[in-house]
Amino acid sequence: MNGISIYVLQSAYDCGVLCILGETREIVGGISKVELTGSQILMECLLEQDVDTVFGYPGGAIMPVYDALYSYSDKIKHVLTAHEQGASHAADGYARSSGRVGVCLATSGPGATNLVTGIATAHMDSSPVVFITCNVNEPLIGRDSFQEVDIVGIAMPITKCAYLVRDVDNLADIVREAFAIARGGRPGPVLIDIMRNVTLDTADYTPLPREEHPASGRLGALIRRASHDLKAPEPNVEDVDHLIDMIADAKKPLVICGGGVVRGRADAEFKTFVERIDSPVAITIMGGGGFPGRNPLTTGMIGMHGTQASNHAVDRCDLLIAVGCRFSDRVGLQFATFAQNAKIVQIDIDRSEIDKNVKTDHHIIGDAKKVLALLNEKVPQYKHPEWKKEVFSFPAETEYDDSDDTLTPKQVLTSIAEILPDDTIVSTDVGQHQMWAIQHFRFDYPGQLLTSGGFGAMGFGLGAAIGAKAANPDKVVLHITGDGSFRMNSHEMATEEHYKLPVITCILNNGTLGMVRQWQHLIFDERYSQTTLDRGPDFVSLANAYGLPGRRVTNVEELESALSEAVQSKTGFVIDCAIDSDEMARPMISAGSHITNFLLD
Amino acid sequence: MSDIKRHTLAIQVDNEAGVLSQVSRLFSRKGYNIESLAVGPTDIPSISRITIEVLTDDQHATLLCNQLRKLLPVHSVKMLETTKTLRRELVLIKVRATTSDVRNEIIQIANIFRGSIVDVSSDTLTLSLIGEEEKTEAAQALLREFGIIELVRTGMIALERGHYTIDENTKEKGEFDYGKHVL
Repeated sequence: MNGISIYVLQSAYDCGVLCILGETREIVGGISKVELTGSQILMECLLEQDVDTVFGYPGGAIMPVYDALYSYSDKIKHVLTAHEQGASHAADGYARSSGRVGVCLATSGPGATNLVTGIATAHMDSSPVVFITCNVNEPLIGRDSFQEVDIVGIAMPITKCAYLVRDVDNLADIVREAFAIARGGRPGPVLIDIMRNVTLDTADYTPLPREEHPASGRLGALIRRASHDLKAPEPNVEDVDHLIDMIADAKKPLVICGGGVVRGRADAEFKTFVERIDSPVAITIMGGGGFPGRNPLTTGMIGMHGTQASNHAVDRCDLLIAVGCRFSDRVGLQFATFAQNAKIVQIDIDRSEIDKNVKTDHHIIGDAKKVLALLNEKVPQYKHPEWKKEVFSFPAETEYDDSDDTLTPKQVLTSIAEILPDDTIVSTDVGQHQMWAIQHFRFDYPGQLLTSGGFGAMGFGLGAAIGAKAANPDKVVLHITGDGSFRMNSHEMATEEHYKLPVITCILNNGTLGMVRQWQHLIFDERYSQTTLDRGPDFVSLANAYGLPGRRVTNVEELESALSEAVQSKTGFVIDCAIDSDEMARPMISAGSHITNFLLD
Repeated sequence: MSDIKRHTLAIQVDNEAGVLSQVSRLFSRKGYNIESLAVGPTDIPSISRITIEVLTDDQHATLLCNQLRKLLPVHSVKMLETTKTLRRELVLIKVRATTSDVRNEIIQIANIFRGSIVDVSSDTLTLSLIGEEEKTEAAQALLREFGIIELVRTGMIALERGHYTIDENTKEKGEFDYGKHVL
């Protein structure tokens, strides 16, 4: 390039006028083909995908990308977190709450490895996130260079696909494929690792609107290979008809609402379906928000901390229809005896989930929304009053005791539910507080509950809440956490404060690592090894240090006043709730035990 | 695990860097040692075919196939039934042979197994043998008494007899492709 010229790019996806530095090469059908650097191509590709917010952290190898981002700052908002892990969870929370693809940037080496927990969390919970890292210059690869790591090798088992971009000519094509992979089929994380020299090399870039991506380049080749034509596949009609017959024969149907209902945004079709067949609905952790928690058909959570109603219904039903549920060990518990009196039907988009954990009698492969819509066209109205009476003779929620001396989790969560709006987005960390929150709150829509269900990553909640707030500025975002989990990534309060992404953090502070302690109490003879958190920090002072208000509360009155203050607050707010350390998450079934073999009622 | 036996898996993949490690990773994750592995491009240069043999039971072999089918660079996977499949392996064996008597004896053994002598030196003979493991192992046992200096196998390759191919458009294949759909 001789010198620098300003030119106008007539972009097909952007009606505005975009001015970037480069050189116009040739004009084809009104669309300028221009020479851009790899970093600029990356920015243009993000705009092709309607990306307006990214989360990340700069560093040496990724500097050219951040330099380009500087010129695109009016179109792409970058949220700088305190740590790459926070950025990874924020991009995940953004994706889960909005249904759009989240984007996260990090540099090579430690920047990339700090993403690993976030990538694995997104992978286990099928959340669509594109992680973009840069690696060292091509000649330095494989020489143990400064901040070099084979992140593609590390990420292989925890991504749908991991790309190493060696040539700037392939960059746009790979980014387009990566986004389609992340959001397509069963969603999930994708990693693009770009060599530093690729971000500086130049190549011809031709804008391509998103609708045309499936017909071009690598993505086009993949789609033609996978589905033989460019139409999205339809569920098999015979399989659907077979299930219709099975429903007609069933006297005691049970439907499981799994994460697939949430990811596929199939909540409306799901509700129609279960009301039509008049079946009780058990909800997995990942299914939270897929079916209204207040609906009279809800039996509550299923599995290790499932309700009596859910788990007994699994044991007694004669037809079990699992929608978007992979029967993890926390749901299935003892695979051989799971739903032992029932014909089991699995509806899933991912064929490899069929018969993986629990052996099924029938399956339908397809997007939950499409399969349920097809079922709804054909299934008549049924009534199962006797069966519902049998199921709901068991409690569909856990009775926790009240206490006058200390604040109980039940009191905290009940107060929150009363004071915060019904559509509040709730993110949790991992442990007892997670189970209590999911038991107490009634979720109404997909994306309302953000929780690390599959991977169980403590420290997920605050990052996820920040991402959710960025995607949903008009909603109240609540972050329920424990004192153990909050300490893991509490530094993200700095991000919350700086970007004015107010999150209400409510710490259920019992001074212990409660879930592990609970297991020690029940299974390890009360030998409380390394689970007592008799140490700082003072969370209110910590919040203040980050510029956020905070309150320590020890009774319901203090809590309610703090909550009212938090809702009015324009900044984030931390409420540190002192609760008793002996309260347990109930009910509980030990790992690998039969689903009604309750260790705790 | 019950009924552990040798399973032969044929896998067609994109001929790209990193694909083999993605495939082999699934085997090591489950703790299976790969008994035999052979890779090479097919008639279409952009597609490679991998033949992997592994000792496991039917259920785990099926789960492995399912996990393999999920990988984007994997086009198709088929578990080949031994009785309906041609399996072949090439073995090169370098044997100590210092006298003409020994050389003659080794040449006779090679003939019986329809192998050929591919290299000779003053004190060694190198044989090339093609077949299934029963044949190559039998030859190997006979040659051992002369002193095997070095031995190398290509790994088993396998192809179904008759009109069956790895690319049949079964309902199951369509179901796996559904998960890969990216529209």
